[in-house]
Amino acid sequence: MKRLTPYLLILPGGLWLLIFLVVPMVFMASVSTQEGDILNGFVQTFDFSVYGDALTRYQTQFLRSVGYGLVGTAVSIAMAYPVAYWIAFRGGSRKSTYLLLVLLPFFVSFVLRTVSWKFLLADDGLLLSPLKAMGLVAQDFHVLQTTVAVIGGLVYNYLPFMILPIYVALERIDPRVVEAAQDLYAARSQAFTKVVLPLSLPGVFAGVLMTFVPMTADYVNAGILGGPANTMIGNIIQTEYLVNADYPTAAALSFTLMAVMLVGIFAYARALGTENVLEAAAR
Amino acid sequence: MDPRSNPALLRGLTQNRSVTRRDALRLAGLSAAGLALAGCGIQGKKPVTTPKKDAVADFWTGKKRNGTMRFANWPLYIDKDGKRYPSLEMFTADTGIKVSYKEVIQEIPSFFGKIQPLLAAGNDIGHDLMVLTNGIHLGRAIQLDYLAPLDHSKLPNFAANAAQKVKNPTWDPGNAHTIPWTVGLTGIAYNPKYVDEVKSVEDLWNPKYKGKVGMMTDSEEIANVGLFSLGIDPDTSTEADWRKAAERLQAQRDAGLVRKYYENDYVDALARGDVWITMAWSGDIFQQVAEGKDLKFVVPQEGGTIWTDNMCIPRTAQNPVDALTYMDYVYQPKIATTLVEAINYITPVPATKDLVLADAAKQSGEDKAALEQLANSPMIYPSDADMARLRSYVTLDGAKEKTFESIFQPITQG
Repeated sequence: MKRLTPYLLILPGGLWLLIFLVVPMVFMASVSTQEGDILNGFVQTFDFSVYGDALTRYQTQFLRSVGYGLVGTAVSIAMAYPVAYWIAFRGGSRKSTYLLLVLLPFFVSFVLRTVSWKFLLADDGLLLSPLKAMGLVAQDFHVLQTTVAVIGGLVYNYLPFMILPIYVALERIDPRVVEAAQDLYAARSQAFTKVVLPLSLPGVFAGVLMTFVPMTADYVNAGILGGPANTMIGNIIQTEYLVNADYPTAAALSFTLMAVMLVGIFAYARALGTENVLEAAAR
Repeated sequence: MDPRSNPALLRGLTQNRSVTRRDALRLAGLSAAGLALAGCGIQGKKPVTTPKKDAVADFWTGKKRNGTMRFANWPLYIDKDGKRYPSLEMFTADTGIKVSYKEVIQEIPSFFGKIQPLLAAGNDIGHDLMVLTNGIHLGRAIQLDYLAPLDHSKLPNFAANAAQKVKNPTWDPGNAHTIPWTVGLTGIAYNPKYVDEVKSVEDLWNPKYKGKVGMMTDSEEIANVGLFSLGIDPDTSTEADWRKAAERLQAQRDAGLVRKYYENDYVDALARGDVWITMAWSGDIFQQVAEGKDLKFVVPQEGGTIWTDNMCIPRTAQNPVDALTYMDYVYQPKIATTLVEAINYITPVPATKDLVLADAAKQSGEDKAALEQLANSPMIYPSDADMARLRSYVTLDGAKEKTFESIFQPITQG
């Protein structure tokens, strides 16, 4: 029995993944190589040309999505690190309150949070009207339906996923190692770059995984805050599936997106993987 | 699954039964996964087994009234008093049929995406009556035989009271599967604070309104605007016309005129000042005006689009007789009047105009003014001159639809 315990522990999660991840993926792979239309039905042909066609047609949106994901992730790191640092080292006894504040937006639905930006940033809205009245921005200045709005929305919606892992990594750092660095005549900035930063990199690594993937695949922000030139690959997949009922193209695009992400993340993990990060910390 | 490794199977294959050599090779050649996949595929149209003439009798024979009905509709699309629906309560009082009313349709493609797999599998979708706009998806539902054929002998009020022009539409000849819930117009709405009087679709290309023009995502909607701007009648348009229209629309986009291709949210964008001039649906703007917003709606001189939201019964409905009873019930002028006073779209029952005016005479003050405004509004009761300029969406079938989408989608989905 004892020998079986580890397997029993993994059984619920394993079954879950098998039924809701592996089976749908096999099905999706099958759909992506079918041919036909919704009226006459789709037939399995194992014709992979749909992948090439879909990629040529939508490469702009593909590259755009990856670009938005990268920029959004970089902005998230820049914003999340100081916040996490401050909570971990200066939060004192109120740490959990601050963490709750970080998580507070999650108590409101994702779509609603994004829609609220539309009200806030409307051309004649709360924020821009006074600025325009004061002459601080041009009359035709607008935020909605721009790249800035979409990336801003992405960062806003996924920021906590960056803050939390960085916070956890920083929180684990023993303050005595920082003291030790200072005792060894390291300046504050050196203590940070030589000790704190390397030790917190695993948190950043996890944060990047947790934000880059959903940001790149997101379609809500582009749909609500974006304009004609901000369509992301998620929006295209949605249209192909729901409007055009072109299931093979939608499945092929989803698969390509997944493959791109997996390869990207694998390369990223190899380049800056957990082991390397730990080595950097040990140095 | 190599037959050589399985004696029983090998025997089965070598003994001469109905298994052909090709079948055997196929069995031998495919891996188990390959077999599983070969069984895949998504079914389309079922082959027609019964002649069309009997379709109505085939469906309705043996169906009974159950005293309950589930109605799927769009938000703000029925009379509502707090949490009550007075016209549905009247229906229950008159017929004894209880209605469970759900505002679950926000957008046709996603709604159709949800119900399609269930309908394809012949399962109940949880609704006995639904309201679908004429267009690509309703066409699919009819062609895939997802909708119950209507028994017109049970629809006497429709026959007697429906406007002649809503009967026998091009997308559903003889109203075989649908009858209208409401009719609406797509025209241009604008904010007179920023925009001079609009008469023509050309104003959507006016450089004065750069970045402040709203267009719609829906390919059928923008196609018509492009076609009107070229003086082409959508009804008789060809692929070459579509390409010309798409060029015009692409130029509009490239010039930075279009702020966004909107779904239903264009109303908010107009109300909040994100756009000054936009493609719009008549009833939405009427409701905004009724709420006191200073907005205008016009059917441009080149033409506007007329569309119909249609009641239909899914083939898999649990209570089709009750749903059919309701479809006819709302065609009584009294009930249709209650509905139009709340919905503010064009009613398929013209006799309501006099009843709305009669209601107005009974009221006083603001209520009276509101009802008179409704009865005299060209958005609810369009003039003959307006009607002459209105066109339907382009009628599309399978292959044409794909070409059509491939021409117009790249504009809205850049």
